[in-house]
Amino acid sequence: MDGESLIYFDNAATTWPKPKEMIEAMVAFNDSIGANPGRSGHRLSIEAARVIYSTRELICELINAPDPLSIILTKNATEGINCCLMGLLKQGDHVITSSMEHNSVMRPLRFLETKGVTVSTVLCSPSGEIDLDDIRGAINKHTKMIAITHASNVTGTVMPIEEIARVAKEHGIFFFVDAAQTIGNREIDVIKVGIDILCFSGHKSLYGPQGTGGFYLRKGLEEFLSPLMMGGTGSASEFERQPDFLPDKYESGTPNGIGFAGLAASVRFVLGQGVDRIRAREKTLTKIFLDGLKGIEGVMLYGVDDPSRRTGTVSFNIRGVSPSDISSELDEKYRIMVRPGLHCAPSAHRTIGTFPQGTVRFSFGFFNTEEEILYGIKAIEEIAKTYYNRER
Amino acid sequence: MNKEERYSVALFVSVGHVIKAEKILKKAGIPHKVIPVPRSISSDCGVCVRFLTEDKDRVKAALSELVPINEFREL
Repeated sequence: MDGESLIYFDNAATTWPKPKEMIEAMVAFNDSIGANPGRSGHRLSIEAARVIYSTRELICELINAPDPLSIILTKNATEGINCCLMGLLKQGDHVITSSMEHNSVMRPLRFLETKGVTVSTVLCSPSGEIDLDDIRGAINKHTKMIAITHASNVTGTVMPIEEIARVAKEHGIFFFVDAAQTIGNREIDVIKVGIDILCFSGHKSLYGPQGTGGFYLRKGLEEFLSPLMMGGTGSASEFERQPDFLPDKYESGTPNGIGFAGLAASVRFVLGQGVDRIRAREKTLTKIFLDGLKGIEGVMLYGVDDPSRRTGTVSFNIRGVSPSDISSELDEKYRIMVRPGLHCAPSAHRTIGTFPQGTVRFSFGFFNTEEEILYGIKAIEEIAKTYYNRER
Repeated sequence: MNKEERYSVALFVSVGHVIKAEKILKKAGIPHKVIPVPRSISSDCGVCVRFLTEDKDRVKAALSELVPINEFREL
């Protein structure tokens, strides 16, 4: 490290840098398309619609969804999650979730509780793992949905979605997956796994621009899912009622055309690199980091040991030192960007025993290098030496 | 437009469906064009797919079960 370069280890919040193709596609959209998709019959409007359709197609390719029109585009994963939870769960329904969820799932569920929905939160192990028997045990005759994260944004622990999907299927329950941390870095096959709803972020592991996200909805589910927002869609304009078909039912108002143009290029980049290769690369980096941290006195690591059962997200603490102090020191002295605290997931921190102080979170992406990881380990080593020993 | 050639349009519920139909017809090699919905058909601001009337059955076959067609109109 030359002392000038910035080291970005906050990829679980948003990936950075982005592939250059992303910004090129956004500039091209701005310079030569720019129009409002589906709002007129002129060539630029049609071209904008083609760009957005290609974004849907590419996401379909990534998750093996059968129909591009079943990909609903939103401003982020949170919007999709809200749309699906608030739109599907009604008074008297029961939903099962995990204690590792992000607030994007927890807060809508807590709100729904005040509207007569009952919520069972399955307590995970201190490393963030879920027991399938606990899920089975929580099912009752009102259970409508199992809503679970594919991987924790705190510990990186990957949930066994294939097994959970089987449980959901056995009981005729909708299976909802929050893939904000995994789309693009782990294989997801919505058909093979049996996922009814998959919410994703565009700006994290898809390397797209901020302000993009979406969800996959299994065909036929639109019958049960009310829209969260209603408005102009450019379709069925003669009616004052919201259209009932996909994707328009859930896409009101002018979309983030330039953002989705960028997202399409980013998904192309991910497909070009290959999800397997991205995953392998992140696994290698994570393993080096985990191994490096294990040897440092005073460091407490969270999550599972096996790097193949986790994403490139690692939480840790240095005994007696606050996560925010470590984070500031990393930024100011080492030019390393990480995220301290609760990561919008208080329940996950309660589960792993780090509430309310939280953890320091390092999250790696495709553009990180081995050299950067080693520099990060060295920085933590120095901080631990200085502060941990001083605290003792 | 050649005077002897007769054209029809297929109407869809949304522009997303139109683009999907366009992709399928392109792949199937059936000549077509995405055009604004003619005013004589609807005052809506949407688009539709125009094709040679003689290709109607081919269009129907190519799109069947993939994109629901709202209606066909001869121009």
